[in-house]
Amino acid sequence: MSQFSVPWKPRSEVRYGFLSRVIIAIAAAIYAIFKPVVSRFPGLVAWAVLILSCLLVWAHAVIFDYVDETILRAAADQDITRPVIQFGSPSTWGYAPSTIEPLLAGAGMGSGFASLCKYALWPLQFIIVRDLIILAALFALFGLVPAYAIWWERKVAGRIQSRTGPMRVGGWHGWAQSLADGLKLVLKEDLVPDEADKPLFRVAPYLALIPAALAFVALPFGVGWVFRELDVALVFILAMLGIEVVGVIVGGWASNNKWSVYGAMREACQMVAYEIPMGMALLVPIVCAGTLSLREIGEMQSGGWFSWLAFSNPFAFIAFVSYVIASLASVKRAPFDLPESESELVAGFHTEYSGYRWGIFFLAEYAAMFVVGALASVLFLGGWNSPLPSSWAASWGDGWIARIAEGILFGGPLWFIAKAFGFVYLQMWLRWTLPRIRIDQVLYACVQVLLPLTMLLLIGTALWVWALESSGFAVFSSIVSVILGLIGLVFAFGFLGIAGYGFYNQRRLVGRLNTDLLSGS
Amino acid sequence: MNKAMGETILESQPDLLIDIDRREQGDLDTEEMLVNMGPQHPSTHGVLRIVLRTDGEMIQEAIPHIGYLHRCAEKIGENLQPYQFIPYTDRMDYLAGMNNNQAYAVAVEKLAGMEVPPRGQAIRVIMAELNRIASHLVSLGCYGMDMGAFTPFLYCFREREMILDLFEAACGARLTYSYLTIGGVFQDLPEGWVEQCREFLDYFEPKIDDYNNLLSFNHIFIKRTGRIGTISPEDVVRWGLTGPLIRASGIRWDLRKVTPYDGYEQYDFEIPIGEPAGSDGFPAAGIEVGDSWNRYFVRVLEMEQSVRIIRQALDRLPEGDFRAKKVTNVKLPDDEVYVEIENPRGQLGFYVRGDGSAIPYRVKSRGPSFCNLSITTHVCRNCLLADIPAIIGSIDVVMGEVDR
Repeated sequence: MSQFSVPWKPRSEVRYGFLSRVIIAIAAAIYAIFKPVVSRFPGLVAWAVLILSCLLVWAHAVIFDYVDETILRAAADQDITRPVIQFGSPSTWGYAPSTIEPLLAGAGMGSGFASLCKYALWPLQFIIVRDLIILAALFALFGLVPAYAIWWERKVAGRIQSRTGPMRVGGWHGWAQSLADGLKLVLKEDLVPDEADKPLFRVAPYLALIPAALAFVALPFGVGWVFRELDVALVFILAMLGIEVVGVIVGGWASNNKWSVYGAMREACQMVAYEIPMGMALLVPIVCAGTLSLREIGEMQSGGWFSWLAFSNPFAFIAFVSYVIASLASVKRAPFDLPESESELVAGFHTEYSGYRWGIFFLAEYAAMFVVGALASVLFLGGWNSPLPSSWAASWGDGWIARIAEGILFGGPLWFIAKAFGFVYLQMWLRWTLPRIRIDQVLYACVQVLLPLTMLLLIGTALWVWALESSGFAVFSSIVSVILGLIGLVFAFGFLGIAGYGFYNQRRLVGRLNTDLLSGS
Repeated sequence: MNKAMGETILESQPDLLIDIDRREQGDLDTEEMLVNMGPQHPSTHGVLRIVLRTDGEMIQEAIPHIGYLHRCAEKIGENLQPYQFIPYTDRMDYLAGMNNNQAYAVAVEKLAGMEVPPRGQAIRVIMAELNRIASHLVSLGCYGMDMGAFTPFLYCFREREMILDLFEAACGARLTYSYLTIGGVFQDLPEGWVEQCREFLDYFEPKIDDYNNLLSFNHIFIKRTGRIGTISPEDVVRWGLTGPLIRASGIRWDLRKVTPYDGYEQYDFEIPIGEPAGSDGFPAAGIEVGDSWNRYFVRVLEMEQSVRIIRQALDRLPEGDFRAKKVTNVKLPDDEVYVEIENPRGQLGFYVRGDGSAIPYRVKSRGPSFCNLSITTHVCRNCLLADIPAIIGSIDVVMGEVDR
């Protein structure tokens, strides 16, 4: 009993359990191992990690192909049937290892190696095992994207505000800051207010997180680089982004805090208002492409910069801008960050959240930022295709070097992720530049401006696509798309030019910046 | 509550009556919510507590509650000699310590009939104007942050740091200076200070354009603050508002011009006032005289004028004493004096009553933040929740001075 009498029931002392200590020990060990390498060769390590993870995913694909080729197809050719095991209903455990061994040997594998591999490759003939492996990779990406985006946002904010941002954790430019923050959040006490609706309060962060994670499932990172190829992938992703809002509303309501309720209601308002223009703007490239499958839309844009859908007609170009604005509102980023506007609503819907539940909201927000950026890139800016036409690659032959060059230069997951992060950067840039809009102005901008505009764009695109059937208009259309592409190029190079000018004159532009005293600079 | 009492309340609050009318007409029944904004809230700038009566996002009534930072400053003044009370004036408006020092010092000097040497007066003017810039920078930056723009805040604080460096060089303190004291200033300027100050002014003046481009003329910012919380000139006078508030409402009133003190009559500067949309150097649309945007922008213009004054003062900085000879144990005559000076937030007045001893019999201060805050309830009516930070931020209160 403490010497002070307090009107509330004193909490029992928090003690770190075994699991927490193990997590701390592992984190410390990882930090100790990686710090010397990363702080000395930061760029090298970053590239190595990127290439290594790509190779890992690629190795999966190769192994899966190998299993398909040597085991499944060969077994089918030789009319080997799967042994049926009778439980309640007949089911199969696939080909037994003893069956696999001769097949591997028949494909040219040494006998000793084959006897080892028959156990290793046995699980890979089941779809669910493969899916679990891919899912693990996908969720590693899902965890890494927000961690990287948060660190990056802090660096971007720092640069914009003539600061340096995180500089200490990990050594080089504070690269481990997000990991350290995540660790801190996980280890914090799990606080649930006494007056809150406890079950809802606990479940709300997951309601926000799971849809954001599910949206990753349908994202096409490249040809064949998609976990589940859906015919209606776009609708699925939009639905997931819509469901994410429910978590925010539930969390705000369950907190039993007036500010949280304000935040939740604003989120509801904003979502209802902005989902429609956003969907409308996304329908414009759909009308151009004539399909809802993201893979087909991506493949249509493989002809280089001028074939990207944003430049296909003037309506699509404006729709692209409208989509960027509406997507800011749908992921509640500035200037539409009203649900969590800290100067009005303390912290909005997550006022009462702390520790890892707050972290989960944060994770969901950054993952959603990536998803809307990815959608913009696949629907308007060519998806995984690079600005160079992929037909150029055909002349390079079919060798290994040509294939690798094709995978890096002319498209692939790296391009997709880079474009999505480009949009994430745009969101950060706007956030640290613009003031916040008022709720009535948000709704006005939606209902009075964006909604009619996107409707007109939709009608215009439909007419444009209809007119394309006449060959004269098709010529006119291609001229227009070249002009639009050139405008886009001017914007892109203008941005690069301004950014480069700012980068090389940063000392003069931002004033005194004493980095000598900072470690890791 | 008995019926008679309820009726009296209804008569005094017509808004409630409207609600009852709506209910009788079978309109949608909405419930009012009572929300505490503060004393711990990011945009109430300290420990201001505003009780909001809201209908959804609409504010029916906003009542400020004060007193969380009361430190008996006036009573302390009645137990200390004037030069000992100077450090306490720092703690009133802690963002404008120099100006607070100056107000009390001018009042006591007038009561005791002290003469401040010309060099002391010039240094006082320099310091007061530098502090005005520093205080307005905080106001600007925080106002931007209230509107959701983070970056101007850090730009403003970057420049303010340089002013604080100058203050530190002059007196060793960065926030509570106690530098302008009875009879002049506490010590002379160090070597090289004037050059450093000029360097700062050369650096600072172009930065004002940066703020304007980034924040003042930002379309969203004008949308958020223009025509919000408009105070008419009549209301300004009726409520006794001073400083940027009275000037933003179009009244050219500045004590540095009206009743000059510390030699302000020697300097050439203008009094910026709020202007309607379309005036020279103002946005073409979206603002009106006396709105939050004009209150904000008057501060920006005042910074330019302060730079002008400091340049003149640095140019003609006279040699000689910086402080009167006898400043301690000064007998205050059995008389009373009330002096107001132009603080960054408005007119800061000190009433000092002597009784023949060295310790004043009564000290009373009139704080500009306190008086300016009184208009809150009048202005924050039938506005949106998001307008509350816009209005409170443009009034720019410092709670240390409201509560004293």
